[in-house]
Amino acid sequence: MIVLQLAVRLLVARAALAVVTTRDPLRQAMVASLYGLILGILFFVWQAPDVALSQTVVGAVALPLMILLALAKVKDEEE
Amino acid sequence: MSPPVRRRVFLAAGAGLAALMLWAFAGLPDFGHYVGPYGDILNRSAIPDRQVTAVVSAINFDYRGFDTLGEEFILFAAVVGVASLLRELRGERNRRPRDDARGRRVREPSVAVTLMGLALVGPTLVIGLYVVAHGHQTPGGGFQGGVILATALLLVFLADQYVTLRRVGPMALIELAEATGAAALGLIGIGGMIWAGAYFANFLGVGHAGRLLSGGIVLPGSIAVGLAVTGGFAFMLSEFLEQTLVVRRGRRRRRGRR
Repeated sequence: MIVLQLAVRLLVARAALAVVTTRDPLRQAMVASLYGLILGILFFVWQAPDVALSQTVVGAVALPLMILLALAKVKDEEE
Repeated sequence: MSPPVRRRVFLAAGAGLAALMLWAFAGLPDFGHYVGPYGDILNRSAIPDRQVTAVVSAINFDYRGFDTLGEEFILFAAVVGVASLLRELRGERNRRPRDDARGRRVREPSVAVTLMGLALVGPTLVIGLYVVAHGHQTPGGGFQGGVILATALLLVFLADQYVTLRRVGPMALIELAEATGAAALGLIGIGGMIWAGAYFANFLGVGHAGRLLSGGIVLPGSIAVGLAVTGGFAFMLSEFLEQTLVVRRGRRRRRGRR
Protein backbone atom coordinates (compact mmCIF):
# COMPACT_ATOMS: atom_id res chain seq x y z
CA MET A 1 0.00 0.00 0.00
CA ILE A 2 2.78 2.43 0.94
CA VAL A 3 4.66 1.55 -2.26
CA LEU A 4 1.53 2.08 -4.35
CA GLN A 5 0.85 5.44 -2.71
CA LEU A 6 4.41 6.54 -3.30
CA ALA A 7 4.29 5.42 -6.94
CA VAL A 8 1.04 7.28 -7.60
CA ARG A 9 2.40 10.38 -5.88
CA LEU A 10 5.46 10.37 -8.11
CA LEU A 11 3.26 9.78 -11.16
CA VAL A 12 1.05 12.77 -10.28
CA ALA A 13 4.11 14.97 -9.75
CA ARG A 14 5.57 13.89 -13.09
CA ALA A 15 2.28 14.43 -14.93
CA ALA A 16 1.80 17.86 -13.34
CA LEU A 17 5.27 18.83 -14.52
CA ALA A 18 4.37 17.60 -18.00
CA VAL A 19 1.24 19.81 -18.06
CA VAL A 20 3.27 22.88 -17.10
CA THR A 21 6.11 22.25 -19.52
CA THR A 22 3.93 21.49 -22.55
CA ARG A 23 3.80 24.72 -24.54
CA ASP A 24 1.36 23.93 -27.37
CA PRO A 25 -2.19 24.49 -26.04
CA LEU A 26 -3.65 21.64 -28.09
CA ARG A 27 -1.19 19.12 -26.68
CA GLN A 28 -1.51 20.70 -23.27
CA ALA A 29 -5.24 19.94 -23.26
CA MET A 30 -4.50 16.26 -23.93
CA VAL A 31 -1.76 16.13 -21.29
CA ALA A 32 -4.09 17.85 -18.81
CA SER A 33 -6.68 15.17 -19.55
CA LEU A 34 -4.16 12.45 -18.73
CA TYR A 35 -3.20 14.37 -15.59
CA GLY A 36 -6.87 14.48 -14.55
CA LEU A 37 -7.09 10.71 -14.93
CA ILE A 38 -3.92 10.13 -12.90
CA LEU A 39 -5.16 12.48 -10.18
CA GLY A 40 -8.38 10.42 -10.13
CA ILE A 41 -6.27 7.28 -9.57
CA LEU A 42 -4.52 9.06 -6.69
CA PHE A 43 -7.85 9.79 -4.99
CA PHE A 44 -8.91 6.19 -5.56
CA VAL A 45 -5.70 4.84 -4.00
CA TRP A 46 -6.36 7.13 -1.03
CA GLN A 47 -9.75 5.44 -0.61
CA ALA A 48 -11.89 8.37 -1.75
CA PRO A 49 -13.89 6.81 -4.61
CA ASP A 50 -16.49 9.60 -4.74
CA VAL A 51 -13.86 12.25 -5.23
CA ALA A 52 -12.04 9.98 -7.69
CA LEU A 53 -15.17 9.66 -9.83
CA SER A 54 -15.78 13.41 -9.82
CA GLN A 55 -12.13 14.13 -10.60
CA THR A 56 -12.06 11.65 -13.47
CA VAL A 57 -15.23 12.84 -15.21
CA VAL A 58 -14.44 16.53 -14.78
CA GLY A 59 -10.65 16.54 -15.02
CA ALA A 60 -10.19 13.93 -17.73
CA VAL A 61 -13.28 14.60 -19.86
CA ALA A 62 -15.22 17.81 -19.25
CA LEU A 63 -12.39 20.31 -18.76
CA PRO A 64 -10.13 19.18 -21.66
CA LEU A 65 -13.22 19.07 -23.86
CA MET A 66 -14.10 22.69 -23.12
CA ILE A 67 -10.47 23.69 -23.79
CA LEU A 68 -10.41 21.75 -27.08
CA LEU A 69 -13.66 23.31 -28.28
CA ALA A 70 -12.49 26.79 -27.28
CA LEU A 71 -9.22 26.21 -29.16
CA ALA A 72 -11.10 25.06 -32.26
CA LYS A 73 -13.23 28.21 -32.09
CA VAL A 74 -10.21 30.49 -31.68
CA LYS A 75 -8.41 28.89 -34.64
CA ASP A 76 -11.57 29.26 -36.67
CA GLU A 77 -11.68 32.99 -35.92
CA GLU A 78 -8.01 33.47 -36.75
CA GLU A 79 -8.47 32.31 -40.31
CA MET B 1 12.74 43.46 -15.24
CA SER B 2 15.68 41.70 -16.87
CA PRO B 3 15.68 37.89 -17.07
CA PRO B 4 18.43 37.31 -14.44
CA VAL B 5 16.63 39.54 -11.93
CA ARG B 6 13.38 37.82 -12.68
CA ARG B 7 14.93 34.43 -12.13
CA ARG B 8 16.37 35.56 -8.81
CA VAL B 9 12.98 36.87 -7.67
CA PHE B 10 11.38 33.59 -8.74
CA LEU B 11 13.98 31.47 -6.94
CA ALA B 12 13.55 33.45 -3.72
CA ALA B 13 9.75 33.29 -3.91
CA GLY B 14 9.82 29.60 -4.89
CA ALA B 15 12.10 28.73 -1.98
CA GLY B 16 9.81 30.61 0.41
CA LEU B 17 6.73 28.84 -0.92
CA ALA B 18 8.44 25.44 -0.76
CA ALA B 19 9.47 26.05 2.86
CA LEU B 20 5.92 27.05 3.83
CA MET B 21 4.43 24.05 1.99
CA LEU B 22 6.86 21.62 3.68
CA TRP B 23 6.02 23.16 7.05
CA ALA B 24 2.29 22.78 6.36
CA PHE B 25 2.56 19.20 5.04
CA ALA B 26 4.65 18.14 8.06
CA GLY B 27 1.72 19.13 10.29
CA LEU B 28 -0.89 17.12 8.40
CA PRO B 29 -2.40 14.10 10.16
CA ASP B 30 -1.21 10.73 8.84
CA PHE B 31 -3.30 8.84 6.27
CA GLY B 32 -6.16 7.14 8.12
CA HIS B 33 -5.75 9.26 11.26
CA TYR B 34 -8.62 11.63 10.82
CA VAL B 35 -9.05 14.28 13.51
CA GLY B 36 -12.42 15.87 13.99
CA PRO B 37 -15.64 14.52 15.41
CA TYR B 38 -18.10 14.92 12.52
CA GLY B 39 -16.75 12.26 10.19
CA ASP B 40 -16.66 9.63 12.91
CA ILE B 41 -20.15 10.53 14.14
CA LEU B 42 -21.60 10.31 10.63
CA ASN B 43 -19.74 7.07 9.87
CA ARG B 44 -21.38 5.54 12.95
CA SER B 45 -24.87 6.94 12.46
CA ALA B 46 -25.46 7.01 8.68
CA ILE B 47 -26.41 3.34 8.32
CA PRO B 48 -28.62 2.92 11.43
CA ASP B 49 -30.21 6.38 11.09
CA ARG B 50 -30.66 6.71 7.35
CA GLN B 51 -30.09 3.17 5.99
CA VAL B 52 -27.60 4.67 3.54
CA THR B 53 -24.39 2.75 2.89
CA ALA B 54 -22.65 5.53 0.93
CA VAL B 55 -21.98 7.98 3.73
CA VAL B 56 -20.69 10.65 1.34
CA SER B 57 -24.05 10.63 -0.47
CA ALA B 58 -25.90 10.73 2.85
CA ILE B 59 -23.97 13.92 3.66
CA ASN B 60 -24.47 15.40 0.19
CA PHE B 61 -28.19 14.84 -0.13
CA ASP B 62 -29.43 14.55 3.44
CA TYR B 63 -27.30 15.91 6.30
CA ARG B 64 -25.88 18.77 4.23
CA GLY B 65 -28.46 18.81 1.43
CA PHE B 66 -28.61 22.57 1.73
CA ASP B 67 -24.96 22.86 0.63
CA THR B 68 -25.67 20.66 -2.38
CA LEU B 69 -28.53 22.98 -3.30
CA GLY B 70 -26.05 25.86 -3.27
CA GLU B 71 -23.61 23.90 -5.43
CA GLU B 72 -26.38 22.95 -7.80
CA PHE B 73 -27.25 26.61 -8.28
CA ILE B 74 -23.59 27.46 -8.84
CA LEU B 75 -23.74 25.09 -11.82
CA PHE B 76 -27.08 26.58 -12.81
CA ALA B 77 -25.61 30.09 -12.73
CA ALA B 78 -22.63 28.90 -14.79
CA VAL B 79 -24.96 27.43 -17.40
CA VAL B 80 -27.00 30.64 -17.51
CA GLY B 81 -23.73 32.55 -17.90
CA VAL B 82 -22.65 30.37 -20.83
CA ALA B 83 -26.07 30.73 -22.40
CA SER B 84 -26.06 34.53 -22.21
CA LEU B 85 -22.42 34.88 -23.31
CA LEU B 86 -22.81 32.58 -26.29
CA ARG B 87 -26.24 33.79 -27.39
CA GLU B 88 -26.68 34.80 -30.97
CA LEU B 89 -25.15 38.21 -31.56
CA ARG B 90 -25.82 40.76 -34.23
CA GLY B 91 -23.40 40.28 -37.10
CA GLU B 92 -23.10 36.59 -36.46
CA ARG B 93 -24.67 34.16 -38.79
CA ASN B 94 -25.19 30.47 -38.74
CA ARG B 95 -23.79 28.29 -41.42
CA ARG B 96 -24.34 24.70 -42.31
CA PRO B 97 -23.06 22.77 -39.30
CA ARG B 98 -19.81 21.11 -40.12
CA ASP B 99 -16.42 20.56 -38.70
CA ASP B 100 -13.71 22.68 -40.22
CA ALA B 101 -11.10 23.73 -37.74
CA ARG B 102 -8.00 24.78 -39.64
CA GLY B 103 -5.70 22.09 -40.92
CA ARG B 104 -8.31 19.38 -40.63
CA ARG B 105 -9.57 18.37 -44.00
CA VAL B 106 -11.36 15.23 -42.93
CA ARG B 107 -15.08 15.95 -42.87
CA GLU B 108 -16.34 12.59 -41.71
CA PRO B 109 -15.07 10.58 -38.78
CA SER B 110 -13.10 7.46 -39.56
CA VAL B 111 -14.82 4.09 -39.38
CA ALA B 112 -12.80 3.21 -36.29
CA VAL B 113 -13.98 6.32 -34.41
CA THR B 114 -17.58 5.75 -35.48
CA LEU B 115 -17.59 2.12 -34.37
CA MET B 116 -15.85 2.94 -31.11
CA GLY B 117 -18.30 5.74 -30.40
CA LEU B 118 -21.34 3.63 -31.22
CA ALA B 119 -20.05 0.74 -29.13
CA LEU B 120 -19.48 3.04 -26.16
CA VAL B 121 -22.74 5.02 -26.19
CA GLY B 122 -24.82 2.20 -24.66
CA PRO B 123 -22.41 1.18 -21.89
CA THR B 124 -21.77 4.85 -21.02
CA LEU B 125 -25.51 5.47 -20.63
CA VAL B 126 -25.90 2.37 -18.46
CA ILE B 127 -22.94 3.29 -16.23
CA GLY B 128 -24.25 6.84 -15.90
CA LEU B 129 -27.74 5.68 -14.93
CA TYR B 130 -26.28 3.13 -12.51
CA VAL B 131 -24.11 5.72 -10.80
CA VAL B 132 -27.08 8.09 -10.42
CA ALA B 133 -29.54 5.41 -9.26
CA HIS B 134 -27.15 3.85 -6.73
CA GLY B 135 -25.84 7.08 -5.27
CA HIS B 136 -27.09 6.07 -1.83
CA GLN B 137 -25.43 2.66 -1.90
CA THR B 138 -22.15 2.84 -3.78
CA PRO B 139 -19.66 5.62 -4.47
CA GLY B 140 -20.91 8.22 -6.88
CA GLY B 141 -24.21 9.99 -7.13
CA GLY B 142 -26.06 12.58 -9.15
CA PHE B 143 -23.09 14.73 -10.06
CA GLN B 144 -20.72 12.01 -11.23
CA GLY B 145 -23.45 10.06 -13.02
CA GLY B 146 -24.76 13.24 -14.63
CA VAL B 147 -21.41 14.10 -16.17
CA ILE B 148 -21.05 10.51 -17.42
CA LEU B 149 -24.50 10.75 -19.03
CA ALA B 150 -23.54 14.02 -20.71
CA THR B 151 -20.41 12.42 -22.17
CA ALA B 152 -22.66 9.84 -23.86
CA LEU B 153 -23.98 12.75 -25.90
CA LEU B 154 -20.42 13.69 -26.82
CA LEU B 155 -19.82 10.12 -28.02
CA VAL B 156 -22.79 10.51 -30.38
CA PHE B 157 -21.14 13.62 -31.80
CA LEU B 158 -17.78 11.86 -32.16
CA ALA B 159 -19.35 8.84 -33.81
CA ASP B 160 -21.46 10.78 -36.26
CA GLN B 161 -22.16 14.40 -36.95
CA TYR B 162 -23.39 17.49 -35.22
CA VAL B 163 -26.80 17.15 -36.88
CA THR B 164 -27.25 13.74 -35.29
CA LEU B 165 -26.36 15.21 -31.92
CA ARG B 166 -29.16 17.76 -32.33
CA ARG B 167 -31.58 14.99 -33.17
CA VAL B 168 -30.84 12.74 -30.16
CA GLY B 169 -30.37 15.62 -27.75
CA PRO B 170 -32.66 18.49 -28.72
CA MET B 171 -31.89 21.75 -26.96
CA ALA B 172 -35.41 22.00 -25.52
CA LEU B 173 -35.05 18.60 -23.82
CA ILE B 174 -31.62 19.49 -22.42
CA GLU B 175 -32.91 22.78 -21.00
CA LEU B 176 -35.93 21.01 -19.56
CA ALA B 177 -33.69 18.45 -17.80
CA GLU B 178 -31.53 21.19 -16.31
CA ALA B 179 -34.47 23.23 -15.07
CA THR B 180 -36.49 20.25 -13.79
CA GLY B 181 -33.51 18.83 -11.89
CA ALA B 182 -32.68 22.13 -10.21
CA ALA B 183 -36.32 22.77 -9.30
CA ALA B 184 -36.80 19.21 -8.02
CA LEU B 185 -33.87 19.55 -5.61
CA GLY B 186 -35.34 22.76 -4.20
CA LEU B 187 -38.75 21.12 -3.88
CA ILE B 188 -37.26 18.14 -2.01
CA GLY B 189 -35.96 20.64 0.51
CA ILE B 190 -39.38 22.27 0.79
CA GLY B 191 -40.91 18.80 1.25
CA GLY B 192 -38.75 18.54 4.36
CA MET B 193 -40.25 21.82 5.63
CA ILE B 194 -43.79 20.58 5.08
CA TRP B 195 -43.54 17.03 6.41
CA ALA B 196 -40.54 17.02 8.76
CA GLY B 197 -40.30 20.54 10.08
CA ALA B 198 -37.01 21.73 8.55
CA TYR B 199 -35.61 22.53 5.12
CA PHE B 200 -33.96 19.38 3.72
CA ALA B 201 -35.03 17.24 6.64
CA ASN B 202 -35.40 13.62 5.53
CA PHE B 203 -39.18 13.27 5.21
CA LEU B 204 -39.40 9.94 3.36
CA GLY B 205 -39.25 6.48 4.87
CA VAL B 206 -35.66 5.26 5.12
CA GLY B 207 -36.41 1.57 4.45
CA HIS B 208 -33.64 -1.01 4.75
CA ALA B 209 -29.99 -0.48 3.86
CA GLY B 210 -29.03 -2.29 0.67
CA ARG B 211 -32.43 -2.02 -1.01
CA LEU B 212 -32.66 0.20 -4.07
CA LEU B 213 -35.52 2.15 -2.51
CA SER B 214 -33.97 3.18 0.78
CA GLY B 215 -32.43 6.19 2.42
CA GLY B 216 -35.42 8.52 2.11
CA ILE B 217 -34.58 11.73 0.24
CA VAL B 218 -31.02 10.63 -0.64
CA LEU B 219 -32.07 8.77 -3.81
CA PRO B 220 -34.53 11.44 -5.07
CA GLY B 221 -31.87 14.07 -4.36
CA SER B 222 -29.31 12.09 -6.33
CA ILE B 223 -31.70 11.72 -9.26
CA ALA B 224 -32.60 15.44 -9.20
CA VAL B 225 -28.93 16.43 -9.22
CA GLY B 226 -28.24 13.83 -11.91
CA LEU B 227 -30.93 15.35 -14.11
CA ALA B 228 -29.69 18.89 -13.54
CA VAL B 229 -26.03 18.01 -14.09
CA THR B 230 -26.76 15.98 -17.22
CA GLY B 231 -28.74 18.93 -18.58
CA GLY B 232 -26.14 21.49 -17.48
CA PHE B 233 -23.13 19.72 -18.95
CA ALA B 234 -25.00 18.71 -22.11
CA PHE B 235 -26.09 22.34 -22.50
CA MET B 236 -22.57 23.71 -22.17
CA LEU B 237 -21.24 21.03 -24.49
CA SER B 238 -23.89 21.85 -27.11
CA GLU B 239 -23.31 25.61 -26.82
CA PHE B 240 -19.55 25.20 -27.24
CA LEU B 241 -20.01 22.81 -30.16
CA GLU B 242 -22.45 25.21 -31.77
CA GLN B 243 -19.99 28.07 -31.41
CA THR B 244 -17.28 25.99 -33.02
CA LEU B 245 -19.29 24.39 -35.78
CA VAL B 246 -22.24 26.61 -36.62
CA VAL B 247 -21.76 30.25 -35.67
CA ARG B 248 -19.62 32.32 -37.99
CA ARG B 249 -19.03 36.05 -37.88
CA GLY B 250 -20.74 37.76 -40.79
CA ARG B 251 -17.83 39.90 -41.90
CA ARG B 252 -15.57 36.93 -42.31
CA ARG B 253 -17.93 35.43 -44.76
CA ARG B 254 -17.57 38.29 -47.23
CA ARG B 255 -13.91 37.59 -47.80
CA GLY B 256 -14.94 34.35 -49.37
CA ARG B 257 -14.00 30.80 -48.76
CA ARG B 258 -10.48 30.07 -47.91
